[in-house]
Amino acid sequence: MGVQVKVAQLFNTSDWTWVLNVAFYAVFVGFIFYGQRIQMYVMLNEVGGSLFRLKYIKEEGRKIAVETVKEIGKPQADPTDKIDRFLEYFTIGPQNLDPAGVVWKLEHILDVRDTRLKDEVKLMAPASDETQVNNLENTLEAASALNFIYKIVRHYYLLGKKTKNLYVIMQIQMILPLVMREAEAYASALKAFAYGQPIGDGAGALVAAKLMHGYETRKVDKDCVVATVPYEGRTAFVIKAEGPGGNVGKPGDAIKAVIEENEGKIAMVIMIDAALKLEGEELGEVAEGVGAAIGGPGVDQYKIEDSLVKYHIPINAVIIKEDVGDAVSPLRKEEFDATDKALERVKQVVVEKTKEGDKVIIAGIGNTIGIGQ
Amino acid sequence: MSGNQDQRTNRVSSFVLLVVFLTLALSLVALIFGATVLAGYFNIGSDLTSAYILLALGILGIALSAYVVVEARRRLLKLKVAVSPVMTTLECRKCGVKNVREFQRGDYIFKETGPCQKCNDKMLITAIYKEVKEKEKERFPV
Repeated sequence: MGVQVKVAQLFNTSDWTWVLNVAFYAVFVGFIFYGQRIQMYVMLNEVGGSLFRLKYIKEEGRKIAVETVKEIGKPQADPTDKIDRFLEYFTIGPQNLDPAGVVWKLEHILDVRDTRLKDEVKLMAPASDETQVNNLENTLEAASALNFIYKIVRHYYLLGKKTKNLYVIMQIQMILPLVMREAEAYASALKAFAYGQPIGDGAGALVAAKLMHGYETRKVDKDCVVATVPYEGRTAFVIKAEGPGGNVGKPGDAIKAVIEENEGKIAMVIMIDAALKLEGEELGEVAEGVGAAIGGPGVDQYKIEDSLVKYHIPINAVIIKEDVGDAVSPLRKEEFDATDKALERVKQVVVEKTKEGDKVIIAGIGNTIGIGQ
Repeated sequence: MSGNQDQRTNRVSSFVLLVVFLTLALSLVALIFGATVLAGYFNIGSDLTSAYILLALGILGIALSAYVVVEARRRLLKLKVAVSPVMTTLECRKCGVKNVREFQRGDYIFKETGPCQKCNDKMLITAIYKEVKEKEKERFPV
């Protein structure tokens, strides 16, 4: 009975009313003075949570890379140190204060980088063949991208904490959903590269592979193959990067070489590539337009446009729409089905825009991992 | 990643568990006190509002603890990136037999593989893709 009275006295309503009033005003005043700081801590907490997840993804990526190198490359020594070093590699872009010739400088730097990375992979995985070297290089590059994303987010997180500046932490918090999407895409890309599975980016290359399958192919510079395919009285030179290893080749050089071989007598160039879709557009939607459909740093696009202008060759493009996550993760059924639609569209363009006896170049652009010819 | 790190990322942190345990204990105490005061209302006519406050606090505490545990678990599950299985389609160009199996390392599109079970001709890998089960589509008026 005594306990019941004491507990009841503790909760006397008139006492509680003024306590609640004071608490309300205290919170109100607190928000006036410390609102921004509270907001900053909420943002920091959000970024901290994502950073924790990024760290997990990055470590998983590193683990997959180490395991794949050990499994495929059969190195005698533990490759972990070499892989850690690889993950920290960087490339310094060319100086563009004087833009004349910057494309060639960029190409040179990219070539040096590619050779350097391939040499490193060969050293850490001596038992791997050419296809596996390409796949391992792609795997390590995906792991390296994850490492880079983690470091950038961590940089802003720690800087925000150190400076207690809302606007520093806001910069990363605002783009965090997009950063996380990209990190997740690279995480699924890692497994695709490690196993040699076709990825969404290879949709263009797959269209070309479907066209050239069954015809004799020959190598063209650099890391590309070309097949001469007769179609409806026309001659199509079908170009793609040489598969099935993870490789994008240099379609710019390949297209230029085929144009020069034919002394510029090419009626049309058609390029097929995977392109980023906007939210609301269907995955695997096929669209048609004009221009050089090719991504990357721009060197190949420059070379293609240069060759086309020289001989006044019209260029058409067919794109397969996908989002950034699908582009680097294993090919989805919708994308695979879209390659058939794109193939039909290419054939339609050839028939409609050229006449019998004409020569056309059909270039399938993208990473040809897991796609033969 | 070391085994220890694996374990660390795969379980709920001990600090969170401690907070949950304390909240649960306090909520139980509040519930017991609430019940005591409620009983006092019938016996000695003590204040009913106090009983309601204590019972509400107890229920709120238990609900909060359950929410924190469920959220922590969900967060751990969200850490892993879901990977859908990748399937390989093999076709016999001669008799048209089609096989679908899980992707194996070394498979690539247009690779010739083992003999067809029906006509003994070589099979060709014609497709490699993953099938993603789409979450229920969000309805936007667009």
